[in-house]
Amino acid sequence: MSAITADTIADFETRYPAVFNPPFWRRFMPVLIAAGIVAYVFYCWWFFSIGTVLAGGQWQRAELYARDWVSYAIKTTVRPGPTGATVSYPRFSELGDNPNPSWVVKDGNNVAILFGSDKKLDINDQRVIATRGGETLTVLLAADGAKPQGPLPGWATLKEDQVTVSFGFAGQADIIPQRVVVSRRFLGWANFVFDTSSPFWGKSFGEVASLIVSGERIKPEMSNASLAFDNIWFNASWQHGDVWTKLLQTIVMAFMGTLMASLLSFPLAFIAARNITPNVFANQITKRFFDFLRSVDMLIWALFFTRAFGPGPLAGISAIFFTDTGTLGKVYSETLENIDDKQREGVKSVGASPANVQRYGVLPQVLPVFASQALYFWESNTRSATIIGAMGAGGIGLKLWEAMRTNTNWHNVAYMVVLILVVIFIFDGISNALRSRLSGKTQH
Amino acid sequence: MSRTASPELSSDGIQIERHWQELAGRRRAYSWIIAIGLLVTIAGSLWFANESNAGKFFDRLPHLFDFAGDLIPRDGWEVWRAMFDLPSPYFDGSLKYDYPEGRVYLFGSFYMPEYFYKMLETLNIAILATLAGFIFGFMICFLAAKNLVKNRFIRFAARRYMEILRAFPEIVIAGFFAAILSLGPIPAMFAVGIHTIGALGKLFFEVVENADMKADEGLRAVGANWFERVGFGIVPQVMPNFMSYALLRLEINVRASTIIGAVGGGGIGEELRLSIGRGHQAKTLAIILLLFVTIIAVDQFSAWLRRRLVGEQAFTAGG
Repeated sequence: MSAITADTIADFETRYPAVFNPPFWRRFMPVLIAAGIVAYVFYCWWFFSIGTVLAGGQWQRAELYARDWVSYAIKTTVRPGPTGATVSYPRFSELGDNPNPSWVVKDGNNVAILFGSDKKLDINDQRVIATRGGETLTVLLAADGAKPQGPLPGWATLKEDQVTVSFGFAGQADIIPQRVVVSRRFLGWANFVFDTSSPFWGKSFGEVASLIVSGERIKPEMSNASLAFDNIWFNASWQHGDVWTKLLQTIVMAFMGTLMASLLSFPLAFIAARNITPNVFANQITKRFFDFLRSVDMLIWALFFTRAFGPGPLAGISAIFFTDTGTLGKVYSETLENIDDKQREGVKSVGASPANVQRYGVLPQVLPVFASQALYFWESNTRSATIIGAMGAGGIGLKLWEAMRTNTNWHNVAYMVVLILVVIFIFDGISNALRSRLSGKTQH
Repeated sequence: MSRTASPELSSDGIQIERHWQELAGRRRAYSWIIAIGLLVTIAGSLWFANESNAGKFFDRLPHLFDFAGDLIPRDGWEVWRAMFDLPSPYFDGSLKYDYPEGRVYLFGSFYMPEYFYKMLETLNIAILATLAGFIFGFMICFLAAKNLVKNRFIRFAARRYMEILRAFPEIVIAGFFAAILSLGPIPAMFAVGIHTIGALGKLFFEVVENADMKADEGLRAVGANWFERVGFGIVPQVMPNFMSYALLRLEINVRASTIIGAVGGGGIGEELRLSIGRGHQAKTLAIILLLFVTIIAVDQFSAWLRRRLVGEQAFTAGG
């Protein structure tokens, strides 16, 4: 290799000024863009006062709500008395009408509540002894308030006349004069299959199965199988029937909306494509129509049709139908404008009618792309249908939003989210499989 | 079809003809089965939709344009007064005509009309969410690409993670953060942003997997580590495509943040819902016009920028 002389270098530099001496803005463009982004983030930080909002957020609630997704708490109140303690449960307890859980041990005047291997509460009419790990705390129940004896451990707090002891995930207890309010938490979803009013409640799977297969009729007017189904479908706290119907509404909204949109935009796209319909006026009208449908936005279409048809899947179908006719029409007409013209010419040269030219010269090229786009939109519309549902178009979105606004039904939210995720994954899979088959066909 | 073969065919020919007829018949039968199945599904779906809707389709058809009827203001100028917060001659102390109330004074007597401010809020939600999605999607996507990460578990984890972010209903994220931070634009930002991470991450890793590996090979030959290979070999190639996808996503996110706004996420969506609920015709129409114009402007801007970045290929629909 020969060395490059200074002259050659200078020569290169004069010949390619763009490479050796790029203009200032080109040289520093990445830095400038990064600086712009940082400045923009700072601006937004100020604009939305993000810092204040994040600092003022109730972050301890996040943990509580997240815990509610996968667990439930049972509340019970212990009233100690000189003649014996009473243990009462709320009227609609998850434990049914006559609860007798194993974690509440009654022994004469003493009531012990077990929160785990080394966590327990021992209550009699004078005092409460809380044990967690190696530490114990004795709280005297005086008439004017709960009196903790000795220093408070880290897991207990004193507020006015009330002592709260926390056992972590397992629950907590409020020691108030005259009574102890206990909340005991368990992992899982309570009464997911049968609610407490059902005759099948509390029975094991085997018992229920044998009742259904060979048991006596519990209710004379219907068989055990249909009674069991009825009890599950109308489960009071999980509302399986309602949730599944609403889910089906959402699915129908996405499916019908996309299907109708692709059926309508299919012929319109042929009018909009300038190589298929050589009429500028018709092209422009159709294209502007697509733009209009797209730009009005699903939000406004949803409001429009909710007003027209009332809340429900019809409004959702129409909103998706209108928006996606615009989007699919745009995509389809662009596909048509990019087709290979040779096949059309070939079909035309043998004297085919105009309809046959489209059928044999154009359709085979574009149909796989059309179908794959429609499938893609179907999948993404399943998600959109959930959101516009929450605005009043019905379906699971509305139910989800209502369950969330109560702030107590997070387990129902979790259930619906799981269902939605399963549906989306199934549709994703179907749509991917169909699309890869379609694109496989185009290769030969 | 039971047509007999033409006499001039040989016996082999007849067999081929028969076989072809058989295949064609079976194919036709399948087509019919699919078509009938589809028709039944459609009819069933429509019946179900109509049954479970609050109003029935044919009963409500005469009311189709009720919404448009709610938009007719008292006179044509009301719309512009509502849009630019000018005082209305009909002002009677009610919320309906109190346009100047919403002015956002920037300095002195120079103000920004309320709905422009709210629109800016929505746009900022969308841009910030897209930015966050771009940054995090960028960080994850290389871990999911087959040509860069040989470890199947990392790839699997990265892909499933993005899938969950993508499929998780935005409304639940918004609702969850609204419960913690109270209703407002920030829960909406979280919701749109988290979805964007998943959506962009997926598109990004597909781009990375289609990248030309020659540059990477060269860098490997001179002993570059993984980060250098990605930074100097892959990123320069894929960046224009990444930007183009991010811009497409921005268009989608502007729409998404208006919708999330309407269910309580602040911004123009919330104003629209409130205004419709209260029956303020001029305000509603002003918001709808503003929204319409903004969406067209964002779409046009993004199309122009994408054309500059990646040329015409960004506009051809490819599977």
